[in-house]
Amino acid sequence: MYESLLTFPGGLFEELERLQRDTQLVFGTLGLPSSIRAVAQGAFPAINIGSTPTAVEVYAFAPGLDPKKIDVTVDRGVLTISGERATFLPERDARRSVYAAERFAGEFRRALSLPEDVDAKRVNASYRDGILRISIARQEESQPKRIEIK
Amino acid sequence: MTDKQVAAQPAPAMIPNVDVVEDDAGITITADLPGVPKDKLSLRIEGETLQIEGEMVSDAPEGMEAIYAEVRVPRYRRAFTLSRELDTGKINASLKDGVLELRIPKAEHAQPRRIEVKVV
Repeated sequence: MYESLLTFPGGLFEELERLQRDTQLVFGTLGLPSSIRAVAQGAFPAINIGSTPTAVEVYAFAPGLDPKKIDVTVDRGVLTISGERATFLPERDARRSVYAAERFAGEFRRALSLPEDVDAKRVNASYRDGILRISIARQEESQPKRIEIK
Repeated sequence: MTDKQVAAQPAPAMIPNVDVVEDDAGITITADLPGVPKDKLSLRIEGETLQIEGEMVSDAPEGMEAIYAEVRVPRYRRAFTLSRELDTGKINASLKDGVLELRIPKAEHAQPRRIEVKVV
């Protein structure tokens, strides 16, 4: 009778994404080995890593941060991104109601191991539209070289 | 399904995280949309539905191969059903560092009045 009240607005994809999230929470990665520094899905900030012949590119989806307060370090092949995101929620009082508080607030820290051929001295970080991009150059000697045939 | 229906099928999108807070004068929605610049953000009101949609802009260098990805869809979408006392004509939106802030004021006549309870 009240079925229409139970269906959540939003598309099928959103529903599937939620389902996938719940499934992963219950079953984990089904016994497959995962990285020692892997974290549960949904950790802040989300990270994508790309590779080019000359560099390793790390993208951290970290909106609403002050770039001066983001700490990026490379130590013994491990890249660490840490910082703090202030809460934007007002103090709870009688005149305000908070209906959703899904956004991350507090301290965060994420670490990932870099490939062996990167040069820890040549790291570039930039922040734009809430994405922190860290570009770590590969060592010269490991970059592909064209060999001339005489 | 006709061709028209296929075309209307929305592209897959992630659900952005939001904070929603209401006070006497209106509702504030804050949404995390990292990677979305101003010109790729769309806010639409249809009837009583507010839809937020944003497309990420990739600055990937040429020839980049993904080796690990937690974000796999370059798009965010989320819709809210508003209620009648909200004044959709006066929505204020700002986007900074991937955070969207929407302020939807309540219509004048809908702002709270204290109602006297009479004892009879």
